[in-house]
Amino acid sequence: MSARTPGLLAAAWIVARKDLAIEFRTRSAYLSALVFSLLAIVIFYFAWDPTAIGSSDLAPGVLWVTFTFSGLLGLHRSFGVEQQDGAMDALLIAPVPRESLFLGKALANLVFVLGVQAVALPAVALFYNLPIGPALGPLAALMVLASVGLVAVGTMFAGMTANTRLAELLLPVLALPFFVPIVLPAAKTTALLLAGRPVSEAVAWLRILLAFDLVFAYACMLVFPFTLDD
Amino acid sequence: MTAPAAAPRRGPDLLMLSAVVVVAAAYARAIWFTPPEMVQGYAQKILYVHAPAAWVAFLAFGLTALAGAFWLFLKDQRLDRFAESSAEVGVVFTTAVLVTGPLWGKPIWGTWWTWDARLTLTLFLWFVYVGYLVLRGVVPEREQRARYAAVVGILGALLIPFIHLSVYLFRTLHPLPVVARTDGPQMPPVMLVTFFSCFFAFTLLYVALVRARMALAAERDALDDAALAEA
Repeated sequence: MSARTPGLLAAAWIVARKDLAIEFRTRSAYLSALVFSLLAIVIFYFAWDPTAIGSSDLAPGVLWVTFTFSGLLGLHRSFGVEQQDGAMDALLIAPVPRESLFLGKALANLVFVLGVQAVALPAVALFYNLPIGPALGPLAALMVLASVGLVAVGTMFAGMTANTRLAELLLPVLALPFFVPIVLPAAKTTALLLAGRPVSEAVAWLRILLAFDLVFAYACMLVFPFTLDD
Repeated sequence: MTAPAAAPRRGPDLLMLSAVVVVAAAYARAIWFTPPEMVQGYAQKILYVHAPAAWVAFLAFGLTALAGAFWLFLKDQRLDRFAESSAEVGVVFTTAVLVTGPLWGKPIWGTWWTWDARLTLTLFLWFVYVGYLVLRGVVPEREQRARYAAVVGILGALLIPFIHLSVYLFRTLHPLPVVARTDGPQMPPVMLVTFFSCFFAFTLLYVALVRARMALAAERDALDDAALAEA
């Protein structure tokens, strides 16, 4: 090992790899979030009368509500694991930019969230009898686009709330209003795609998503150091 | 036990007093001396509460975000006390907007609530700043609280245009502006004078409330410091 300090992205990658290694070896949070998602999908199905509302009208909402809440579970854990054995202090004294901690945590969270979605999407298709085959490519791209914004805002708030009391309550209270400009365009675009409409009809929604990703990924990275306590 | 240096007794809050008088005068004019609107009748008069309250709500949150941003660089406690006070007053005025809106909506639209763009935006604005106040409530340490609050205030201000865009694309039903428009106000002068009096009255009330709330925050901080010094 050389003693020189890694750059912004290299350090971020180290942090992300550390988080993913912990998650890969225990798999506890991933499996919990996955089971939670499947339960939510099943329970939502019984919450509506399927003869009154077609399941393809129901699916976009179910999908994105499930993604949002299972995402929150993963985000909360992301800083929860640093609470033990003073791990957070060790991270803070590491000679890397604080922005790298944010990028690394966010990257690991993105992998986590997409990993849950990769199973939840086929599950919704199966249980709600949806023809997702033709829309699979655009849907996958949409999930990445929406998850970037979700994870950027969520990682920042997870870091902030981790060292407050009521962390597990405060995170959704603070983060959910910020998810509106993500969930609304994502659900609308999903509905269009599932109805077999071309992607071009969703351009206005996708523009909002892309702008949100760019603005909030950057803004959250800039303000993240202010949420850390030395 | 030595008594902590007590804050000097303040006289009556003259600013608050005048704000209350001006608000009362503006509403006396709105209720008794301004004719009801031709189509909507008396229901239209709620505009004189609704629109100025919305103006103060947006002003309050804008200034909260600004004060937070400046706090991050200047670390002046007064900025944080201002942000705290302005956010609290802003939530009160946003609540007024959210209450008066349905009161008008029921007779005119036939429904208390509708997922119209502006209604949804205001509701989420309310959620963001209630979250802001909840966060302030659970962080006991002063510097940390100010730092967190500043971050939420700034991100909240960034969020508003995005919610605005997405809910506008969703649908809108809200009346278009009748006063702030490029072809000049579409309102008879007698109503216009009332309208602007109410704006002025509410803005004055905002200033008075924030000032009183800041004094309270300053006294609380002084009391905390005194308790710390004694311990």
